[in-house]
Amino acid sequence: MRRVVMTIVDMAGKFEGLVGAYKYSHGVSSATTLITARGLVKRFGDRVAVAGIDVEVRRGEAFGFLGPNGAGKSSTMRMIGCVSPPSDGELRVLGLDPVRHGPQIRARLGVVPQEDTLDVELTVRENLLVYARYFGIRRRVAEPRAAELLEFVQLGDRADDRVEPLSGGMKRRLTIARSLLNQPEIILLDEPTTGLDPQARHLVWDRLFRLKQRGTTLVLTTHYMDEAEQLCDRLVVMDGGRIVAEGSPRELIERHSTREVVELRFPPDKELGDIAGKLNGLGRVETLPDRLLLYVDDGDAVLATVHQRQVMPASVLVRRSTLEDVFLHLTGRTLVD
Amino acid sequence: MAVTDTSPGVGLTDHPVFAALSYWFSQYRRTWRSGVFSSFVIPLMWLAAIGLGVGGYIDRGPDRLGVDYLSYLAPGLLASVILNAAGGECTWPVYGAIKWNRQYLAMLATPLRVVDILLGHLGFVVARMFMNAVAFFVAMTLFGTLHSAWAPLAVPAAVLTGLAAATPTYAFAVLVKSESRFPVLYRFGVVPITLFSGVFFPIDQLPGLLRILAWLSPLWHGVELCRAAVLAATPALPAALHAGYLALWAGAGFVLARRLLTRRLVV
Repeated sequence: MRRVVMTIVDMAGKFEGLVGAYKYSHGVSSATTLITARGLVKRFGDRVAVAGIDVEVRRGEAFGFLGPNGAGKSSTMRMIGCVSPPSDGELRVLGLDPVRHGPQIRARLGVVPQEDTLDVELTVRENLLVYARYFGIRRRVAEPRAAELLEFVQLGDRADDRVEPLSGGMKRRLTIARSLLNQPEIILLDEPTTGLDPQARHLVWDRLFRLKQRGTTLVLTTHYMDEAEQLCDRLVVMDGGRIVAEGSPRELIERHSTREVVELRFPPDKELGDIAGKLNGLGRVETLPDRLLLYVDDGDAVLATVHQRQVMPASVLVRRSTLEDVFLHLTGRTLVD
Repeated sequence: MAVTDTSPGVGLTDHPVFAALSYWFSQYRRTWRSGVFSSFVIPLMWLAAIGLGVGGYIDRGPDRLGVDYLSYLAPGLLASVILNAAGGECTWPVYGAIKWNRQYLAMLATPLRVVDILLGHLGFVVARMFMNAVAFFVAMTLFGTLHSAWAPLAVPAAVLTGLAAATPTYAFAVLVKSESRFPVLYRFGVVPITLFSGVFFPIDQLPGLLRILAWLSPLWHGVELCRAAVLAATPALPAALHAGYLALWAGAGFVLARRLLTRRLVV
């Protein structure tokens, strides 16, 4: 009896999924759109965390929310993860309504939360097996799958160790393995490498990159522009609960920055505002506490002019534009405080 | 991408509630040794010290209880011990699953719903109370304190008593913002309830106001039920009323716990 009911519920869910996907297609190939948000809002009392955003995530892409802390990225992720009801607007995940079909959607998502939710007193393997049960995965299926995933995240030799003594990077990789147990259609990663040292971050990126190559849909939030550049096919830049730009990392840089950036560092006692005045006409200038950024197409050529104008910085760096520059240009602030 | 293999449920144990329950058991497998001591050995010491020690003096006086003091005390202590265990199981573990290891959040990222999480945890609490009650019942048998063929009914009666305290305590644990509230609950809730609910002496010894508090206390109703089962005594009220009152506490606590847990997790 229960099974019949479940089947009917499943079918209803699938039907709704088709209708939903059709309704929200708007010219975008419907079968490939996994997440659609229209005017999505999240309020906590008087505070507006997400102030009406439109987002579309397609199957197989790595999609990023880039922005500083407090931009509304995590709130958005929690709404997509069906653990936080939207305050306003429309949201469809896998064609379903997260408020009404939370469990059905979550069955097909993999979630890597910002803060670990591992049980550090259980072993690495136990953490996976317990979690697999939440998805109704049988033990005889879960055991080989857990072993395989531990190999994938390079923790095969730690399977029987308790989680507690593992490093932050290992715990993160274990959480990633855990998120893959149900063979999810979308993986949600909230700040996947925050708090990790550079080496650990590269290991995590490497695994995520492999998932991406396999065609897994990744949705991640980050306030690291290098993470966004490395992993994301497409991203939105968020600030103050709004989306301020959207595109591929390359598009965003081309649209909102120049090819190169000249970084001019000065001793702390120099008045940077005065120096910025001397650079008039060379390109857009951004003034940071310890340096000036000069946005130009040919850094070396402009640098010669800078010297001719008697501007003598303590050090000089000519580099390519990054998403950090995009964010600075769009918001007047840096990503990482 | 492969379609999710979630092996749709075929039996009762495939229900999400059992998935949540299984987490608590896998954790218990690691900590049961210390649990055995606190939930079994300590009550045994009470039974020996108060039952045999204090009882030895009481039994020399005029017989007012109709039975030796150890036999009078044991069923009351059973109900009280299970109530205490319920308090322990529904405070720190609940708080920890929200705040420390955040297991509830891990569960909520899966198909489990808030009500599954709640029922799974409460199911584990009931199982623990049942194990404790059975162990205590065995000890009562060894001490020769059973005087009725209905005595085994004291086990479910004690578990019901524990549940009447478990669900409100759970709600409290979800509500508090700091674990420093739990010793307060113990000092101003559990201790007075334990002392003034007829566990150690009949409540008609109490002055009027305290007696009313005893009537309100779920423990007194549980003690009456356990004592009736073990001693073949007539409870103060019909057994169904005592049980109904306990069920009311359990039910109201559950509704409250569910509402608060939803508010806490789904924000």
